[in-house]
Amino acid sequence: MSNIPAELKYTASHEWVRVEADGTLTVGVTDHAQEALGDVVFLELPEAGRQTAAGDAVAVIESVKAASDIYAPVAGEVIESNQAAVDAPESVNADAYAAWLFKLRPDNAADLGSLLDAAGYAAAIA
Amino acid sequence: MSNPQATPAQRTALHSAHLAAGARMVDFAGWDMPVNYGSQIEEHHAVRRDAGMFDVSHMLALDLTGAGATGFLRSLLANDVARLKTPGKALYSCMLNPEGGVIDDLIVYRFADDDYRIVVNAGTADKDLAWMRGHIAATGANVTLESRRDLAMIAVQGPNALARAAQAIPELAAATVPAPFSASRLGDLFIGRTGYTGEDGIEVALPNERAVALWDALRAAGVAPCGLGARDTLRLEAGMNLYGQDMDETVSPLDVGLAWTIDLRDEARGFVGKAALLAHGEHKAFLGLVLEDRGVLRAHMKVATASGAGETTSGSFAPSLEKSIAFARLPAGTEAGETVQVDVRGKALAARTVKLPFVRNGKALV
Repeated sequence: MSNIPAELKYTASHEWVRVEADGTLTVGVTDHAQEALGDVVFLELPEAGRQTAAGDAVAVIESVKAASDIYAPVAGEVIESNQAAVDAPESVNADAYAAWLFKLRPDNAADLGSLLDAAGYAAAIA
Repeated sequence: MSNPQATPAQRTALHSAHLAAGARMVDFAGWDMPVNYGSQIEEHHAVRRDAGMFDVSHMLALDLTGAGATGFLRSLLANDVARLKTPGKALYSCMLNPEGGVIDDLIVYRFADDDYRIVVNAGTADKDLAWMRGHIAATGANVTLESRRDLAMIAVQGPNALARAAQAIPELAAATVPAPFSASRLGDLFIGRTGYTGEDGIEVALPNERAVALWDALRAAGVAPCGLGARDTLRLEAGMNLYGQDMDETVSPLDVGLAWTIDLRDEARGFVGKAALLAHGEHKAFLGLVLEDRGVLRAHMKVATASGAGETTSGSFAPSLEKSIAFARLPAGTEAGETVQVDVRGKALAARTVKLPFVRNGKALV
């Protein structure tokens, strides 16, 4: 069974989102996603300062098997990408919730209401 | 690809063993097969560094017997079984259509002039059987062709494959190991010193009812179960073509690096597709690519070279090189050592052309 921490938010496209104390969002891919992808060997992450709409393909994750897009969970501005994950893509397989990919400042805090909670995501992948 | 809704996937004799080992299963050519058990990169390394095993029971073994067998195969296959002098010796060959396209690539083992074992791909097995039977009828060859779905096949590959297999297979420990690219029959075991990984090893065919016991004995002897994912990166590094991906019925073997398998030495020998091959000639260079920029090469990416456009036919991340590699069909005259540009998801990335293979017997060659 895949691990779905209760304190995180999720998208149906398999991103996890942590709402930080300052209102920014930390985004990664779920344990279910890394399991389905298999060994991750390459990440292409967005530049800081990039403006994105909800659902934009902002990053690429490639496993040995295939390439997949990673989508912005809500509209906002990218404020940081995780260079440590780029340098060690296998860290996504080792712990998908520790290997965050990028941080986003949302345009509207109210947009977070569109995200799934843990139970909703568990139902989506059941 | 088959449609799993229309036809339930077929299962090998080892299906339950794969599930018990936690395999992730996928449909492959209508068969429910393991793609990986855990990390496919670890499975790849097990084969390069120690020993791994693959369930290849979805491939089909055929027995061809009868006084006309040698003559029949000499007219059916682009490579020449007359090369096979010692009993058990194996030959890799394409089976062509009259237009010179590849119906399948296969291995044929000769035990005697009237006794051959042929192993064909899973996805083409029904088509191959129909083609061979049609050719038997058309030529009136005095042969018997028997499909051996009663057999399971396990490939044990890696530098320690023979030593570990000998611990698991008493018949093998007591016998002389077949020479490279040869096979032996030991009781109801068929043991071929062949494979699809670029490493030493054997492919064992045995009755379905013995398959699980052999699989378990190999595991106990330290052989790692490996799925189709690792099989693909291993064969790619080893410079071995995959039927349906690198070639098919519309592609000449001369354009996918298989000129060495077309035997024209006996000018009197006619074989299906020969006239078309001679008329067509070699139009494409078939080379390896090593990506120099960051990214991952995949099949069907466009390649720009100094002398024109080409295309990748297979591509992936190569665990033994820690780089991305591909096979590419490029304009004739393209040579190893050139820098080309590959369109990777809309970006032009630099790659270097190299001779195949990339890796052999655990050593990087590029």
